[in-house]
Amino acid sequence: MINKKVNNVKEALVGVESEMTFMLGGFGLCGIPENAIAELVKLGVTNVTCISNNAGVDDFGLGLLLQNKQIKKMISSYVGENDEFERQMLSGELEVELTPQGTLAEKCRAAQAGFPAFYTPAGYGTEVAEGKENREFNGKMYVLEPAFNADFAFVKAWKGDAAGNLIFKGTARNFNANMCGAAKITVAEVEELVPVGELDPNNIHIPGIFVQRIFQGENYEKRIEQRTVRQK
Amino acid sequence: MTLDKNGIAKRIAKEVKDGYYVNLGIGIPTLVANFVRDDIEVEFQSENGVLGMGPFPFEGDEDADIINAGKQTITTMPGASFFDSATSFGMIRGKHVHLTILGAMEVAENGDIANWKIPGKMVKGMGGAMDLVASADNIIVAMMHTNKRGESKLLKKCSLPLTGVGCVTKVVTNLAVLEVKDNTFHLLERAPGVSVEEIQKATEGTLVVNGEIPEMIL
Repeated sequence: MINKKVNNVKEALVGVESEMTFMLGGFGLCGIPENAIAELVKLGVTNVTCISNNAGVDDFGLGLLLQNKQIKKMISSYVGENDEFERQMLSGELEVELTPQGTLAEKCRAAQAGFPAFYTPAGYGTEVAEGKENREFNGKMYVLEPAFNADFAFVKAWKGDAAGNLIFKGTARNFNANMCGAAKITVAEVEELVPVGELDPNNIHIPGIFVQRIFQGENYEKRIEQRTVRQK
Repeated sequence: MTLDKNGIAKRIAKEVKDGYYVNLGIGIPTLVANFVRDDIEVEFQSENGVLGMGPFPFEGDEDADIINAGKQTITTMPGASFFDSATSFGMIRGKHVHLTILGAMEVAENGDIANWKIPGKMVKGMGGAMDLVASADNIIVAMMHTNKRGESKLLKKCSLPLTGVGCVTKVVTNLAVLEVKDNTFHLLERAPGVSVEEIQKATEGTLVVNGEIPEMIL
């Protein structure tokens, strides 16, 4: 067993610097790497590029880095839940690359799997395709999209072990699974770090080879954005 | 009588057939799930990574790890599955999802759709809409026939930045059901009590009216 375990978030983020490009898992606030984000705020790195489907809300998730003006550029598919984001974008302080959600996921997966680029029909004929190669296959038009190139991927899983194996829960899997191994260093934080051998190899979502550092996360808030219920 | 949001959703629910995997967008499309006949088998896909979405949870049963693409807490049905985002869009891009229902700000007579950006005003992003409309064969748009200023949303040409080109197959509005084909809007049904003239007046794009147009049966 190759040991990926580090003692805390501080050790997990060794090597993080300003100007770097980070991938951050999560969909909305579901499955975001809360510990890594808090540490990035604490480290005070600036001018970073963040690849994340969303930008958090004003006072949580990536919104915390935005409030601190640590982010130079965001690559996301949907940013509608964050007023500070909209303000910084419309004023020109923040550079934004809006990317179709499936393309965003595939740009992660391609980086994980060693593809330099891929063709997708998403965005053909729209401003997203401007300046990119368009090509026809079987009578349909596609857009060439390059894989991402990031320094760190910060992901959050439900359970993991020191070998770096990960299991996600519910829809918190989302981009987390696709970002593992898609950056130079993948840092996984888990709700429960279990002893090696406890996870059933049949049920591993992400094999440890895609993870460089893993640590037991703490104080998860797991905030709900839209609490919708029905009456009993 | 023009339809309200629930009326539009109720009419669209009739397009959902037995054995369909369906992706519902945010807004009116989400309501469609409430009106699907219960004697057919349908699975709802949410692009954030769940197939077999169920109703909202009972109070106290909410789980922060189980949400839909609108970030709402949901439940799952027996036989449901969770997966990562790339797999989710593989289902969509690979045409494994039979029907996509989404909202729009504008639809053009050639099937173009715009629903993600108003330059200088609203920039929230396209989310999964561009992937959905570029891939699905069967795309129904649910929307009001006109905007808040009373202007038609069924146009000759979209004025807003496009989400996808030549992709919309059907539009269901508060006034009518229309099929998009041969670069025109074909009027299929009228909302109860709404005349062809009213629909014509509210439609900027080319409207084709063939014979007697029946009222919707809701």
